[in-house]
Amino acid sequence: MATSLWATRAASYLRINVPCRGFATVLKDLKYADSHEWVRVEGKSATVGITDHAQDHLGEVVYVELPEEGSKVERGASFGAVESVKATSDVNSPVSGKVVEVNTKLSGSPGLVNVSPYEDGWIIKVELEDDSDLPCLMDPDRYTKFCEEEDASH
Amino acid sequence: MTASQARNAGLPIINLLRLKGMPILQQLHLEERLLRTSSENWCIINDGTTRPTIVMGVSGKAKELLETDAVLRDEIPVIRRFTGGGTVIVDQGTIFITFICNKDAISGLQSYPRPIMSWSSLIYKNIFQGIGEFSLRENDYVIGNHKFGGNAQSITKNRWVHHTSFLWDYEVSNMGYLKMPTRVPEYRQARNHVEFICRLKEYMSRSVFIDGTMDAVAAYFALRSPDVDDMQNPSSQFEPSSRILTRQELGEEASMELVGTVSQTSYMAAISSTFPTSKVA
Repeated sequence: MATSLWATRAASYLRINVPCRGFATVLKDLKYADSHEWVRVEGKSATVGITDHAQDHLGEVVYVELPEEGSKVERGASFGAVESVKATSDVNSPVSGKVVEVNTKLSGSPGLVNVSPYEDGWIIKVELEDDSDLPCLMDPDRYTKFCEEEDASH
Repeated sequence: MTASQARNAGLPIINLLRLKGMPILQQLHLEERLLRTSSENWCIINDGTTRPTIVMGVSGKAKELLETDAVLRDEIPVIRRFTGGGTVIVDQGTIFITFICNKDAISGLQSYPRPIMSWSSLIYKNIFQGIGEFSLRENDYVIGNHKFGGNAQSITKNRWVHHTSFLWDYEVSNMGYLKMPTRVPEYRQARNHVEFICRLKEYMSRSVFIDGTMDAVAAYFALRSPDVDDMQNPSSQFEPSSRILTRQELGEEASMELVGTVSQTSYMAAISSTFPTSKVA
């Protein structure tokens, strides 16, 4: 991962070493959004979370804002947020449908998003409207390339 | 610089909004609305707010962060804002500076918390050259090892806001409403609030700080005065999330319910009267 120009200049000014993570984990059985969320589809049911790349860039997550069960989510729109390093960052849904379950463990253990972004750190489960959103999402190889290009351009 | 000159120079345009004494709740509502509904870049400078007000981050818990008995007794408003981060108490001695930007406004800047904060530190570093030992230390703006500004952010898919409340001056007694937080930076070293923070007025005047900020911003953007009518557009359907906490949320006992009903009404009336709509400076 290339260190961003601003991080390099700021690090030089602040006289700190900026650790460069060589890679982020990308799982083969998932689909990915360009806003760094993943989705696991099983029939009409989908599980959503943020990727390893996202959690690494965000830093330690200290709070997760979860939607209400029963609420609607729309592809590309925000449904909640995570808080890290004094910032709230929107979490956007890769798919459209109805929220049938939220990961209540994140209320007491928000750090699950960092240590297990694809398993214990899942955020919502969605009953899909249909599967028309899936072709718009990236497969693992495309997402890996997307992350490399994004990091290299900053 | 005119808009066309800015485009020729390759600098993105930023709307510079100068305010004086805008109530902090109104400022937060404006910021969140511009973040969510505007597609332009904004720099908001609010020179002081009205009455002393406590502002907690999105996940702040009043009982953990505040001396709630004193806060209730003295009817200090407590706001939960839409950005992350910690708790501050702001008043007329606070200078607020906010950036609301598109994610591609700054070339090479990734819209994640640390890069945004690093960029902002480069803005303020310029102002302190030769004046004080400014640095960004464990996500705080410090002079030496004393914090003088609290900053926080909110990041959406395509935009971000970074806002800071600078302690140009403060009342020592107001710091008594804040508990020592459970999560503190290492460099704080168990110092209480008064030992930990410092006043910007010991280093420069308000005008020098504000003018210096605008000069620093001009290195990255072409500054433009915004159309005030656009900002106050009532047709926006957006509902901001920053709000004043009720007395019950501050922990007022349920046994006080009958008295609390009256006191809650008078409390909210007292708070609301000091958050009027104010004009742009």
